[in-house]
Amino acid sequence: MDAYHDPGLGHLGDPTRRRIFELLARQPSTVGDLARQLPVSRPAVSQHLRVLREAGLVSTRAEGTRMVYQVNPDGVAAMRAYLDLVWQDALNAFHKAADAANLDKENQ
Amino acid sequence: MSTPRTIPPLTATLTINLPLEQTFRFFTESFNAWWPNQYHIGQSDIAEAVLEGRVGGRWYERGVDGSECDWGEVRVWEPPHRLVVTWQINGYWQYDPDPAHASEVEVRFTAGGPDQTVVDVVHGHLDRLVAGQELRDGITGGGGWISLLEQFATAAVGATQA
Repeated sequence: MDAYHDPGLGHLGDPTRRRIFELLARQPSTVGDLARQLPVSRPAVSQHLRVLREAGLVSTRAEGTRMVYQVNPDGVAAMRAYLDLVWQDALNAFHKAADAANLDKENQ
Repeated sequence: MSTPRTIPPLTATLTINLPLEQTFRFFTESFNAWWPNQYHIGQSDIAEAVLEGRVGGRWYERGVDGSECDWGEVRVWEPPHRLVVTWQINGYWQYDPDPAHASEVEVRFTAGGPDQTVVDVVHGHLDRLVAGQELRDGITGGGGWISLLEQFATAAVGATQA
């Protein structure tokens, strides 16, 4: 997919960073929220977030005393990266489901 | 408007081990069976994803609470070869009802053999989604969008030339 030549998107090549982006795509979260769902330390999560933020894929907003991270709603690169994830996942799911349907047919 | 900017389309290709007609039917009629249900825009969890098989048909999600959220509409319906739907979910992950802001997803099905089908997906006209975003930013006084887009266009051209 040509998407990986685009600015910002190369940053999603790292599996942990991609996972963080996916989690934020579903729900804005704090560093602590993210660290609880990942097998990495809080400082490591913060480091990944810094890279994603500098790439324009993620933005922050203050919620009281908490800093909440979210997929950057104004970022073209962020939107495109998100849609790229959606299609990759959707087509992988379609592939698996079609293979399963094919096996059902052969077993009949 | 200033000079037109074009955001490159997203493309994907995959090969399915089913005959052409069956692949098209499975993609469309069994849409709910394979669409990953974490991708939805409604507040409630998704109960069903629906793709209506006709020009002008809707594709949308129905939440477990019964609410419906549109994603777009079917523009081209040419079974078993081609399907075009609009994608009207903007950068704020909200449905934008203005057809002028609709991006388009084209799905082409080509026989790769007696029991194989190549599926090509192109999600294009992303600039239309962005145009809606710019309008919104203009209204709400936001601003980051245009400069980001220009940055993106420059870098994308650089990547193409590399």
